[in-house]
Amino acid sequence: MSMPQMRSSTLPFLARTILLLFLPAVTGWASESGSYSPGTNIFAPASTPAKSIVDLSIFVLVITGIIFLVVVSLLLYSIVKFRGRGMDGGREPAQVYGSMQIELAWTIIPILIVVVLFLATARVIHATQDAPEPAGALDVIAIGHQYWWEFRYPKLGIVTANELHIPVSDPGHPTPTFLQLLSADTDHSFWVPELAGKTDLIPNHPNRMWMDPQRTGIFLGQCAQYCGTQHAKMLLRVSVDGPDDFASWVSVQKKAAVEDAGAIAGRRVFEQNACMNCHRVDGTSADGRFGPDLTHLMSRSTIAAGAAENTHDNLRLWVQDPSAIKPGSLMPAMKLSDADLDAVVSYMETLH
Amino acid sequence: MSATTAPLPNAAENWILPSRGKVAMAGLIIAESAIFTIFVVAYLFYLGKSTTGPTPREVLETPIFYTICLLSSSLTIHLAAKSLERDYIRLFLGLWLLTIALGGLFLYGTAQEWHRLIYEHGLTISTNLFGTTYYSLVGLHGFHVTAGLIMLLIVAVFALSGRVGVKQSGRIEVLSMYWHFVDAVWVVVFTVVYVLGR
Amino acid sequence: MSSNVITVPVGQAEARPWVDELHQWVTTVDHKRLGILYIASALLFLVIGGVEALIIRIQLMHSHNNFVSPEVFNRMFTMHGTTMIFFVAMPVLFGFANYLVPLMIGARDMAFPRLNAFSFWLSFLGALLLYFSLVGGSGLYGAGNAPDVGWWSYAPLGARAFSPGHSSDYWTLSLLVSGFGSIGTAINIIATILCLRCPGMKLNRMPLLVWMNLVMAGMVLLAITPLSAAQIMLLIDRYLGGHFFDTQAGGSAVLWMHFFWIFGHPEVYVLIIPCFAFMSEIIPVFSRKPIFGYPVMVAATVCIAFVSMSVWAHHMFTIGMNSYANSFFTLTTMAVGVPTGIKIFNWIGTMWGGRIQFKTPMLFSIAFLFQFLIAGLTGIMMAASPFDWQLSLSYFVVAHFHYVIVGGILFALFGAFYYWYPKMTGRMLSERLGKWHFWLFLIGFHLTFDVMHIPGILGMPRRIYTYEPGRGWDTLNLIVSIGAFIQAIAILVFVANLIISYFKGADAGNDPWDAWTLEWSISSPPPAYNFATVPTVASRRPLWDEKHPEDPDSRYE
Repeated sequence: MSMPQMRSSTLPFLARTILLLFLPAVTGWASESGSYSPGTNIFAPASTPAKSIVDLSIFVLVITGIIFLVVVSLLLYSIVKFRGRGMDGGREPAQVYGSMQIELAWTIIPILIVVVLFLATARVIHATQDAPEPAGALDVIAIGHQYWWEFRYPKLGIVTANELHIPVSDPGHPTPTFLQLLSADTDHSFWVPELAGKTDLIPNHPNRMWMDPQRTGIFLGQCAQYCGTQHAKMLLRVSVDGPDDFASWVSVQKKAAVEDAGAIAGRRVFEQNACMNCHRVDGTSADGRFGPDLTHLMSRSTIAAGAAENTHDNLRLWVQDPSAIKPGSLMPAMKLSDADLDAVVSYMETLH
Repeated sequence: MSATTAPLPNAAENWILPSRGKVAMAGLIIAESAIFTIFVVAYLFYLGKSTTGPTPREVLETPIFYTICLLSSSLTIHLAAKSLERDYIRLFLGLWLLTIALGGLFLYGTAQEWHRLIYEHGLTISTNLFGTTYYSLVGLHGFHVTAGLIMLLIVAVFALSGRVGVKQSGRIEVLSMYWHFVDAVWVVVFTVVYVLGR
Repeated sequence: MSSNVITVPVGQAEARPWVDELHQWVTTVDHKRLGILYIASALLFLVIGGVEALIIRIQLMHSHNNFVSPEVFNRMFTMHGTTMIFFVAMPVLFGFANYLVPLMIGARDMAFPRLNAFSFWLSFLGALLLYFSLVGGSGLYGAGNAPDVGWWSYAPLGARAFSPGHSSDYWTLSLLVSGFGSIGTAINIIATILCLRCPGMKLNRMPLLVWMNLVMAGMVLLAITPLSAAQIMLLIDRYLGGHFFDTQAGGSAVLWMHFFWIFGHPEVYVLIIPCFAFMSEIIPVFSRKPIFGYPVMVAATVCIAFVSMSVWAHHMFTIGMNSYANSFFTLTTMAVGVPTGIKIFNWIGTMWGGRIQFKTPMLFSIAFLFQFLIAGLTGIMMAASPFDWQLSLSYFVVAHFHYVIVGGILFALFGAFYYWYPKMTGRMLSERLGKWHFWLFLIGFHLTFDVMHIPGILGMPRRIYTYEPGRGWDTLNLIVSIGAFIQAIAILVFVANLIISYFKGADAGNDPWDAWTLEWSISSPPPAYNFATVPTVASRRPLWDEKHPEDPDSRYE
């Protein structure tokens, strides 16, 4: 099968390079730190869908840029050349009513531009949306929740939350990730700008998207479709791993939860309070689906869908009162005593 | 400065524009058609998609008689309007009351059908997608029939007290446009619900 | 000189007690007064909606800010969008249409004056209903809460399950009620234009403002009603246990999106076309030339009306339609840019070869041309659906549509205010304050909305109450917020101008701009009956014919 390859633009190579350098530089300059690509720049693509969008967008930007320059020049010229000077003695200029030739010209040229733009666009739409799934692809099911992401790897038997690990894809031997997008409640949107355009997660309306990141690293994103109070804190963290790193991540995730004898007290708190109604810890009796799977909680660098770093203090605060970190989150404050709280957090910190 | 420009000799005499009542009613009909179209689209979209509950085929009975009533009422109102134009006031009144009766019969038929659906088949607006879309669409139409009947009744009251004559025939015509619209909508609803939908 | 005014003997026009005056205003059926009522209420809600915007901008000034809670923020952007579209933009445009259309066609009033009043009060009631939610609506978080579902209330977020209480219901009802008011006004405008034109005013002699309001009104009939239908369906879901958008029962969230955008896209053309109308009246007068290509302008407007009914799903490029659907909507969206672009060319063509006078209405018009061009071009960018897969739901699209609505619609409206205020009040607005208003607003506008495109490109989604530091969004958002405050100051200058000039402005006379359409042939403000004798026209510019009897337009049309 053929993966859609990045096509070189029809533009001269020079123009394209300049723009590709120019845009991230401009956007980077305008950004905080001065070094570009803080992780969510649509003009710093690292995957084929994102790259083909950038190629198309440059084409569109050049055409619209030319239109802008032409029209603004005409506008500026007319303001300068045809300004009324002082007292014209009440003389009116020649009363021109129109010109069919001119109207035809500025109708036909835009129509041609539209045809060209449309054809260029249709190609990319088809290449991205109708790309067949190759044999080596990884399947992930993403389920949107208010306000976190559930990720299931059906063929690998893995369930995790919020932080997605996918393998890097070598263009010669592609191993893209194909996501099926579902929702458990309301509408969400999966947007990791440097990997792909966004696709929505809509209940009762499964969607499909793919990405083939061509360099390892962390890619950031967040939910883009307003889904309720904490829409802003439904962050995405995609870790693109080399083959070895990915394999070791998978093997850890496949295992059941670590059983640490020292954390028995905390585990009991976990199981005897309502925690297990919402959360799953593989290998225990906790099998809730409403909240994130916590089996390998400590393999994640953030909690609450990116709302806080995964540290002891944050974890404790989160369990004590989620609304202190993410007001509007659907996890209730469990009103645990300090002792129980410390115990259960100790237990959670054993879940590597 | 005078606003009267060099007057054209025949401008005022040959200057005939459409009647504002008719244009306004046409506008209302266009707007209402758009509302009904959305409900029809929802109905068609959801055909066969109910996850539970009775299906159209199981419970719907084609209301042929009441449809004939409603569609005939278009004929009677048309004749009534024509009679009024020709100053046959009593004929107008008779046809007008007949129109109201036929419209009322149609509403009775709808009520009867709904009663059967609710109490015999347990189909309500909240039962399933079919229930929701059926009662909404037929109900929206029934609401418009009711509104029309109220207006027809008001005219009947005026007519019975001798206040409706040839001079009001323009307005009667505008009202009958509305009534024709309600009937035309029923043709669409009938086709979608009782013909296509089963 | 014959004046088209029936003079009242001095002494009879005495000041009335204010209760009487108020009563006159509340019970009026005069299109001019209703026009002013629409405009005044729109200005009130402009200020309220503006405050909501400022709250949003203060919260977003830097990352992890907590000026307001997420709940309040979400209510702010919902109310800001709903208020600005439904209770500012639509009423102000209906207000100008109400005021100007009968005057421009030589009529006594609108076709149905009482329906006119009823429509206004319905629209105002809708606004009150929306704001009553602050007192009555109990949302997710208790009583006294405005709706927080976004101005689109996407399913299933708008369902009972996710929006309990009544906040959403106030949103739904307010739009339903004011929607009926809009339909009433649209019917009135169409009937007035088709049935009440003065003798000689054939359809191809109407001022472009009249043509464009006719097209707008036709679109209202077909655009607002799908929203009304969807609102009824939502109410059935929320109150009668219906399942129209209940995904658990097999319902479709996407169906709501289709219905909403079948309304939502034509709606934005409903808003911009009257602004095209203003430009088509103002630019010719201040260029001292007739509009370039009148028939093409009419044809392009009608073309826009039709094509714009076929583009709605470009708001839904990310929801997972198949590639054929995405391609179709890409094509139609790009296509609608053609007649729109033609209009920009025609306006420039009008200025070309003219003698441009840079009075305040013309300054706003020139800015409109520049800004509407940019807005259209960013629209073309997003019409390319793959590009939209990145830009949609981000601050890029927020920048785009504010470019159209503020940079296009509001600038055109300001032009209209400066141009027709003399006619409505008999006083000229201060040119000095006007220029302050213009330059301040221009600077603020560009500071905010030019810069706002960049966070979108850098991955900032919309409708977020806060954002992470280190994404590169902080400084940009700060600049955007500063620009918002500059715009607010400019609005204050504008309001001051409106008020001060009412008392101290120069006398306007009938025709301060040396213009050519019928409203300038009568006094400022016009008498209640508009025209003492029904005018007769022989061309598109009746007053040009009068002022230039040696070279009347009627010779060339």
